[in-house]
Amino acid sequence: MLKHFIGLQWKSFFRSATFKTEIWFKILMALAALYFIAVFLGMGVGAYFIIEKMKIGDPLRVVNQFMIYYLAFDLVFRYMLQKMPVTNIKPMLYLPIKKSKVVQFSLGKTVTSFFNIAHAFFFVPFSIVLLVQGYPPMQVIGWHLALMALIYCNNFLNVMVNNQNVVFYVFAILFILAGASQYYQWFDITQFTQPVFDLFYDMPWTAIVSWALLVALYYGAFAYFKKHMYLDGGLAKKQTEAKTENLEWLDRFGNLGTFLKNDIKLIKRNKRSRSAVIAGAFFIFYGLLFFTGALEVYDGPFWKIFAGIFVTGGFLFSFGQYVPSWDSSYYPLMMSQNIKYREYLSSKWYLVIIATIISTILATFYLYFGWEAYAAVLVGAIYNIGINSYLVLWGGAYVKTPIELTSNKKAFGDKQAFNAKTLLLTLPKLVLPIGIYAIGHFLISPMAGYIFVAVFGLLGFVFKNRVFTMIENIYKKEKYKTLQAYKQK
Amino acid sequence: MITVHNLTKTYGDNTVLNIDHLEIPKGQSFGLVGNNGAGKTTLFSLLLDLIQPSSGHIINNDVQVDQSEAWKPFTSAFIDETFLIGYLTPEEYFYFIGELRGRNKADVDALLSNFEDFFHGEILGQKKYLRDLSKGNQKKVGIVASFIGNPEVVILDEPFANLDPTTQIRLKGIIKDLAAKEGVTVLVSSHDLIHVTEVCERIVVLNKGEIVKDIHTSAETMKELEAFFAG
Repeated sequence: MLKHFIGLQWKSFFRSATFKTEIWFKILMALAALYFIAVFLGMGVGAYFIIEKMKIGDPLRVVNQFMIYYLAFDLVFRYMLQKMPVTNIKPMLYLPIKKSKVVQFSLGKTVTSFFNIAHAFFFVPFSIVLLVQGYPPMQVIGWHLALMALIYCNNFLNVMVNNQNVVFYVFAILFILAGASQYYQWFDITQFTQPVFDLFYDMPWTAIVSWALLVALYYGAFAYFKKHMYLDGGLAKKQTEAKTENLEWLDRFGNLGTFLKNDIKLIKRNKRSRSAVIAGAFFIFYGLLFFTGALEVYDGPFWKIFAGIFVTGGFLFSFGQYVPSWDSSYYPLMMSQNIKYREYLSSKWYLVIIATIISTILATFYLYFGWEAYAAVLVGAIYNIGINSYLVLWGGAYVKTPIELTSNKKAFGDKQAFNAKTLLLTLPKLVLPIGIYAIGHFLISPMAGYIFVAVFGLLGFVFKNRVFTMIENIYKKEKYKTLQAYKQK
Repeated sequence: MITVHNLTKTYGDNTVLNIDHLEIPKGQSFGLVGNNGAGKTTLFSLLLDLIQPSSGHIINNDVQVDQSEAWKPFTSAFIDETFLIGYLTPEEYFYFIGELRGRNKADVDALLSNFEDFFHGEILGQKKYLRDLSKGNQKKVGIVASFIGNPEVVILDEPFANLDPTTQIRLKGIIKDLAAKEGVTVLVSSHDLIHVTEVCERIVVLNKGEIVKDIHTSAETMKELEAFFAG
């Protein structure tokens, strides 16, 4: 039986449409994975010595102190990104397979998830370093096993609370409050949790407790899953009560308003697009890293332009990149309805422009860091509106990944979203403005650098019609390929 | 209204559609039947410029569909669920299509009131997004949306599949009326021989991409079709 399950899994992985990508991209992905593994390993090995050098106490105790945050963060991360194993259950329900077998396999599958394995890259080297440094082996092993069990507890907790947004938000708020109160030294939650983690080290046999907890949670998840394995239960798609919205105030924009209305609903009502917009909003604060001088590497003058582009371009990068894939599930409708390509494209363009302007207004708080900081933001906004807005639309013509709006899976590492052409188009988005600024900066003055970039952006604005005609033609040329690509989910 | 010239579509060595000539006059209710893989959906997709012909072309009301977009204002279609926007309520979807076709809310409401029977109280005011409706109800929405804005050509792929018997009977009445009273050219494909013979004045049988029969519907048509498909 297990052989069949694993065989199915194997096929679903290797036969998925997204798996067949260009070979050089696979190499790039492998390199990226290696890089992250190296970073984690480096952290695992380095953590001990870094803490030792900071002289804030015994490295193991310090790690134990913050372990509660590590676990909490892990849980939040899982809730948002880890895929639940329910997807392939439906076809199994009526086959002569015991339900408990199916549940066991589904839960077993989560055990091998990347979200569990990734932690090994930190804990294994860290424990080895502890051993090398002469910590008593029995105690280190006990501690290590106990924490491993706790990581897996998170795994099964996540299975149980999945889709219970209320539980999640309460938890997330508590977590943030705990962090804030620790920072401002009102209340230190780690005082109460550190002893627990210390105990695993001081008395290694207590690891049994966390393993017992793990077993209990496994059976909890098992029972929960089994009980809800009905089409109208846990396997049902969650339905939200729909409300018809007219958004009549947009009617005055004519055809443009029709599309804008739709895009607003698209963003509001779909998980994937909502996440993209929220992620984009966080970019507004990205500039803090640069303008506060928090990171020394970012002190160079060019980084200010870089920051300006990102602060105002969050929406452009997170949402704009994926035009027209947002409409992938009904692209044949858009292509056969009474819609002119240009109108469709301009509505997306306006959406990006409006979002950029809103970000620019919200970013006025950068004035606090001096007028130069806000000047960089303004210049970035002009460049985003004048040049980058075209570039994302242009790049979009080559993006051929259908987007599943209702789920967040694959929101990261969407392989097909990157191809040679889109990658090349990111260069002018980021590198070109920095280059233009550098010319002004070195030849004349920093001020001239800003003016150069702004003028460049304004020039783009002037050529709007011509650029749009060009982009429209590219979309028309790519239309059939795009339709074909969106068909395969 | 619609003229097909030397149209072929090939994928590799495989010719999926090969039609020398086909003329569909204005106001005709035109039925397309054929087994799976006969090329019905391919022909409809070519009519809507969703795929490119390998050779030849289609003229829709003097517009060559793969060259100009001018056929869009008077042509509408419902092929499958990719013609629906899942995150809209049925009302929003109808208004959206209405706005694209230059109809305001009142126009759309007036049209929808004719279909209250057809909707059977399961579409409007349900507080559900289209993606949460059943397959049959989604189909009803798609079909009715294709009638918005007085199109001159309506293309429906398998409109009877997934519908309940009551709705099938009502849909037959609607399609007949469209062609007979309003002069709309209706193109329908179906696997159900009884439905097409009842609804369509003319039935074309496709087999492996080629037209093998072109029948003006009469009392004998059903027998003729059955004889053909029984093989």
